[in-house]
Amino acid sequence: MSKVEISNLSMRFGSTDVLRDINLSVREGEFVCILGPSGCGKSTLLNIVGGFIQPSAGTASIDGVPVTRPDPRRIFVFQERGVFPWLTVDENVAFGLFRLSEAEKRDRVTRYVQLVGLAGFENAYPRELSGGMKQRLEVARALAVNPDVLYLDEPFGALDSITRLQMRRELLRIWQAEKKTILFVTHDIEESVQLADRVVIMSARPGRIRRILDIDIAHPRDLSAPRYIQLRDIIFSEIGLAHQV
Amino acid sequence: MRRGELILLPLAAVLVLAGAWQLAVMATGTTIFPSPGDVARGLGELAGRGILWSYIGDSLVRVVSGYLAAVIIGIPFGMALGWFPILERIVNPIIQLLRPISPLAWMPLAVIWFGVSNTAPIFLIFLAAFFPIVVASMNAVHNIPPMYLQAGRNFGLSTPRLMAKVIVPATFPPILVSLRIAFGIAWLVLVAAEMIAVDSGLGYLIIDARNAGKRYDLVVGGMLLIGVVGLMIDALFRWGTRTLMRREVTE
Ligand SMILES: Nc1ncnc2c1ncn2[C@@H]1O[C@H](COP(=O)(O)OP(=O)(O)OP(=O)(O)O)[C@@H](O)[C@H]1O
Ligand SMILES: [Mg+2]
Repeated sequence: MSKVEISNLSMRFGSTDVLRDINLSVREGEFVCILGPSGCGKSTLLNIVGGFIQPSAGTASIDGVPVTRPDPRRIFVFQERGVFPWLTVDENVAFGLFRLSEAEKRDRVTRYVQLVGLAGFENAYPRELSGGMKQRLEVARALAVNPDVLYLDEPFGALDSITRLQMRRELLRIWQAEKKTILFVTHDIEESVQLADRVVIMSARPGRIRRILDIDIAHPRDLSAPRYIQLRDIIFSEIGLAHQV
Repeated sequence: MRRGELILLPLAAVLVLAGAWQLAVMATGTTIFPSPGDVARGLGELAGRGILWSYIGDSLVRVVSGYLAAVIIGIPFGMALGWFPILERIVNPIIQLLRPISPLAWMPLAVIWFGVSNTAPIFLIFLAAFFPIVVASMNAVHNIPPMYLQAGRNFGLSTPRLMAKVIVPATFPPILVSLRIAFGIAWLVLVAAEMIAVDSGLGYLIIDARNAGKRYDLVVGGMLLIGVVGLMIDALFRWGTRTLMRREVTE
């Protein structure tokens, strides 16, 4: 059985048709990138699967149960702006752990602060962190509650290109270590080919799935390998862009 | 500027102003308008009669009472308006209607309602501080970044916990700023508030000094006291705000 099942899902905002007849099933532990032009409804789709908004038609289910509201077993990661400025790194990571005992909480916090490479910054406030560090903090806060699905909406969009590359590597490392199912929204073609098991290519609004592409390259991926370039070019032409500037 | 200059230069400016004032009094030969020396003597006389400190104390008690009432009622009320759109739709027009009415316009009603008592001026000060606090608290809730609330819900926080862990800390900085501004406004209406129903306080001192014996040295002395005490309280607020928000983004 698939982990996430989206069937015949459509969304309208008033008279605007945003998503039309989306069908997608995501396996447990799979890393899926949702790629499409700005305004095609990627964030809307992720918000529906996350339970923050209700679709106009169709359903999104997880483990066979239709999603009706947010759930701590699936955490949404924003661009780094989602961290709480009034909490330290440790306190941010502990934010979702209020059901645990103090000892368990401490263990989790230590573990995930370490995992995302923020050791030494436990008592720092977000304003003392760089953009990339804040992003990692948000990922740590999400992972700490041990969710089985992560939703990431252009998480690295605000970072510089070097940090972005490092963050992708980090995320892959964490994904492999923690075995999460990941839905990752991006409008960066290279990013999708570097990260995903499958890339879902969407059309401009009203968003529809144009094509789902398997990225059959093992990690770590060689960005100059012929297969990488071939897959990247397939996406370029699918979106209707020649990759020349 | 070096630290010494930071204190000395403003002090010098005050002395220059006092000197110009003294010269102007001498040059015009006025017998009504007091010189700095007259004012100092007048204030010394009040201190000698033991009413200087009690007047300052009485004014502070009134302003702080009215202000605290506005804080205690205004913050939860404003936050509730910001949180429940229906409540805002119903109540906001009334607030916007009442807000532009100067607290001074309420003076006659305050006297009818509260008679000759301490409550009337406290009520006026309450009104002056209440509306700015309500509006700021409402806006503070509106301006909470949506992803903070979304994250709160995502992690499964109940509404009371969301309140304590997200809404209160997220609205804290802007509300704190509004509290300082509201105190400034409350202090500003002190004189008007003490024009009615009381026989003590700095506002009363000004009114009484003019009405009973045209003591303009005391009028000016009262004005200066209001300025100095207001300045000191504002400095206290600034210090408090800085201390409380040191850890956060202050922008
Ligand atoms: N709450 C809403 N009310 C009305 N229209 C909305 C709402 N949310 C999104 N839309 C519209 O839906 C469309 C898709 O928005 P969405 O944010 O999902 O796009 P996106 O693919 O994430 O774009 P981007 O890549 O720029 O983030 C847009 O035209 C937007 O104006
Ligand atoms: Mg988006």
